[in-house]
Amino acid sequence: MDVMPKWADVVLIPVISILLAAILSALVILAIGENPWEALKLMVDGALGSTYGWGYTLYYATNFIFTGLAVAIAFHARLFNIGGEGQALIGGLGVAIICLFIPWPHWTFALLGAAIGAALFGAAWAAIPAFLQAKRGSHVVITTIMFNFIAAAVLNYFLIGALKAPGMEPATAKFPEATHLPSFQDMFNFGETTFFRGAPANITFFVALAACVALWALIWKTRLGYEIRSFGHSETAAKYAGISPTKIIMVAMLISGALAGMMAINNVQGEAERLVLNAVEGAGFIGIAVALMGRSHPFGVLLAALLFGFLYQGGAELALWTSIPRELIIVIQALVILFTGALDNMVRMPLERLFLSLRRAKNDGRTV
Amino acid sequence: MSDVAPAIELKGISKAFGPVQANKDISIRVMPGTIHGIIGENGAGKSTLMSILYGFYKADAGEIFISGRKTAIPDSQAAIAAGIGMVFQHFKLVENFTVLENVILGAEDSGLLRPSLSRARRELKNLAEEYELNVDPDALIEEVGVGMQQRVEILKALYRKADILILDEPTGVLTPAEADHLFRILENLKREGKTIILITHKLREIMEITDTVSVMRRGEMTATVKTSETSPPELAELMVGRKVLLRVDKVPAQIGRKILEVKDLNVTDDKGVHRLKGVSFDVHAGEILGIAGVAGNGQSELLEVLGGYERATGLVKINGEEIDLTGAKSDGQSRRARGISHVPEDRQREGLIMDFHAWENTAFGYHHDAEYQRSKLFMNNAAIRKDTEEKMARFDVRPPDPTLEAKSFSGGNQQKIVLAREIEQNPDLLLIGQPTRGVDIGAIEFIHQQIVALRDQGKAILLVSVELEEILSLSDRIAVMFDGKIMGERMPDKTDEKELGLLMAGMTTEPRGLLHEAVEAQLAHAGGDAGKEV
Repeated sequence: MDVMPKWADVVLIPVISILLAAILSALVILAIGENPWEALKLMVDGALGSTYGWGYTLYYATNFIFTGLAVAIAFHARLFNIGGEGQALIGGLGVAIICLFIPWPHWTFALLGAAIGAALFGAAWAAIPAFLQAKRGSHVVITTIMFNFIAAAVLNYFLIGALKAPGMEPATAKFPEATHLPSFQDMFNFGETTFFRGAPANITFFVALAACVALWALIWKTRLGYEIRSFGHSETAAKYAGISPTKIIMVAMLISGALAGMMAINNVQGEAERLVLNAVEGAGFIGIAVALMGRSHPFGVLLAALLFGFLYQGGAELALWTSIPRELIIVIQALVILFTGALDNMVRMPLERLFLSLRRAKNDGRTV
Repeated sequence: MSDVAPAIELKGISKAFGPVQANKDISIRVMPGTIHGIIGENGAGKSTLMSILYGFYKADAGEIFISGRKTAIPDSQAAIAAGIGMVFQHFKLVENFTVLENVILGAEDSGLLRPSLSRARRELKNLAEEYELNVDPDALIEEVGVGMQQRVEILKALYRKADILILDEPTGVLTPAEADHLFRILENLKREGKTIILITHKLREIMEITDTVSVMRRGEMTATVKTSETSPPELAELMVGRKVLLRVDKVPAQIGRKILEVKDLNVTDDKGVHRLKGVSFDVHAGEILGIAGVAGNGQSELLEVLGGYERATGLVKINGEEIDLTGAKSDGQSRRARGISHVPEDRQREGLIMDFHAWENTAFGYHHDAEYQRSKLFMNNAAIRKDTEEKMARFDVRPPDPTLEAKSFSGGNQQKIVLAREIEQNPDLLLIGQPTRGVDIGAIEFIHQQIVALRDQGKAILLVSVELEEILSLSDRIAVMFDGKIMGERMPDKTDEKELGLLMAGMTTEPRGLLHEAVEAQLAHAGGDAGKEV
């Protein structure tokens, strides 16, 4: 029997955790002599106060949705894919190759082609750790971390070699016009009033939303999802039922890598329109926090990604307009991760006790 | 009332875990120098009560008196100081320590080990002579049998000067001969004035050895009676709260064609240990073949091979067709397609996914079945839910709610969910391991009836159980496994627990008579080493 009602589990606990993180952040801001209330106003205003701010928040959120979903699907198979960063980098390589070397007639085809390329490259990068885990028992946590470093080196190699554009920078040439994705500015342009002016959010956000729905259906409605969840809950039971551990590890990691790779259509094709070094900027790691906070549920991942998008954009504004250093933003983000992920039980236990005593009071001494 | 103070007296003990009232206003008096049994079904609150007595849990209310003196037991150190020793169901021994090292662990006299070790060695010798508690002090725990491991646990308690010994389900892992040996030890201890509390769910043990018995049901103490003044049916009724059928009613078997043929089956595990050594047997339609044996003698591997998730060499034929044993062309799925259903030994680790809803568990292993699919890609969750609801009704699963998670059902109801899933597939062969482990008496009756009903429909059943009583009452033929081999086959009406017990300990009794008696005498005499080979 459940101790708490479902709404308390999915809404109340995250909200309380975030409030606790906010209170602690406020104390830190106070300690360095700034006004936390002003800081909060600045963050909200910078991230959500204008369509420009929203354009950045949603752009970051799109990255985090992809990497968050990647971690989430692996979690369902009880695999910890820490390699989102590397898979997204290599996904970017796929996007660059597809955009640069294929003459696309229209952005719609280019988006489709780039999405497939990004997914294939990302999946391929996850395939080697997955194979080592499935066949040799090498732990994916270790191998995917190593593959992040290798990915960075591989990207470096191409950006100063085969793919390098003329000039000083280790970057590819600008992608052709026909591959440029419509930004929110292009999409929400109503003559006089232009929304999202200058913001990087683009049509990929809707691809990310579609990915959330697709992954939700995969996990909860399909046979494959059923097998992945079975394996994740109990490997011995999965074997008894005739579910092949090798197959599940491979498939779950390939989907995970593909999702992480698909982040590249947002940041590489949609925003930069060329491939630069360190294009992922840590979004692969934020994905872990997003998946934890979203309880590995695709819709939870969506909400958590929006929150982290807000923190990213609001934090950037804070660093721009106050003397609060950029590093403090990372402290705030870390506090949110700490409270929503690692310290989950700190909030959960007292809350469970509260609901228990409430119920016992209601039952009025009747033994259950 | 005698004027001697009880060794232990509990007054009004209550303990709740969340909404579950594990112990409710329990009072009990255990007189010194007696063996007091506590009997009850799984979840009746026996272990909770003893954990309170040993300081693992704090009671919400109530008082503990030791030898008439009110005593607080906040932790196990206090319990030991009060003269209480506990032998757990799952032994708490360091596997790669010697017997001697385990005995002094936590009771060393000083920082230097040598003086403690030699003192313990002397004391162990005395204890061994006094109570028939023979152990080899220098053997490693991982190398001795469960019987000796249990004696080490008892010695640990005695070494700490325990006057009150609590044993939690002590015979669960023992052969009948080892259990008899244990009971002799307990009798010796009683004679020396020790007080013993025996927790069990086996009526036979209670009748055999205890002086008084307390019955627990749903957290309450329903009765305390003198053992000599009660009977097994009365105790069973007190435990369950209604009359129960202790014997299985069944008509003679209608043996049909050969369904399963196993020849020279060999299994070597990952560590290179030879688990099955040339096992051969047949199972026919309309027959229950019972595999008896102490846990860990190859029965699990046998079920895993037949269930399709352990590799083996040898020959297995089902309905005359050979099946693949290499794992290359077969798995649990293809076994099911061949008409083999499998109720695994460990339902919590294999048979069910505890975090899944009941309906998700009903499709488990059969999630490729056409009736559960909506399309090529999607499963038909609504159909599975409906099917589960019907199965739950037919198998009397309580509560009959398919959306509850497996872990929220009692052991008996969990087993019914697995049973409903496997039996209703209408298999040719049912593999069933430990069908009533951790299952309450009321459900045992139902489960046994289902197994016999399936047999009467002309299905072949391979039953593996460590409960000898269960094997004897259900089987039409009995094979005994020891050390990966089948020691022999017997008919249930032409054998008894004693003979099967010897086979389970690896002693062949083929030429009955002199040798048989000699073996028995040896067992009675050197009892201490009987467990060693296990």
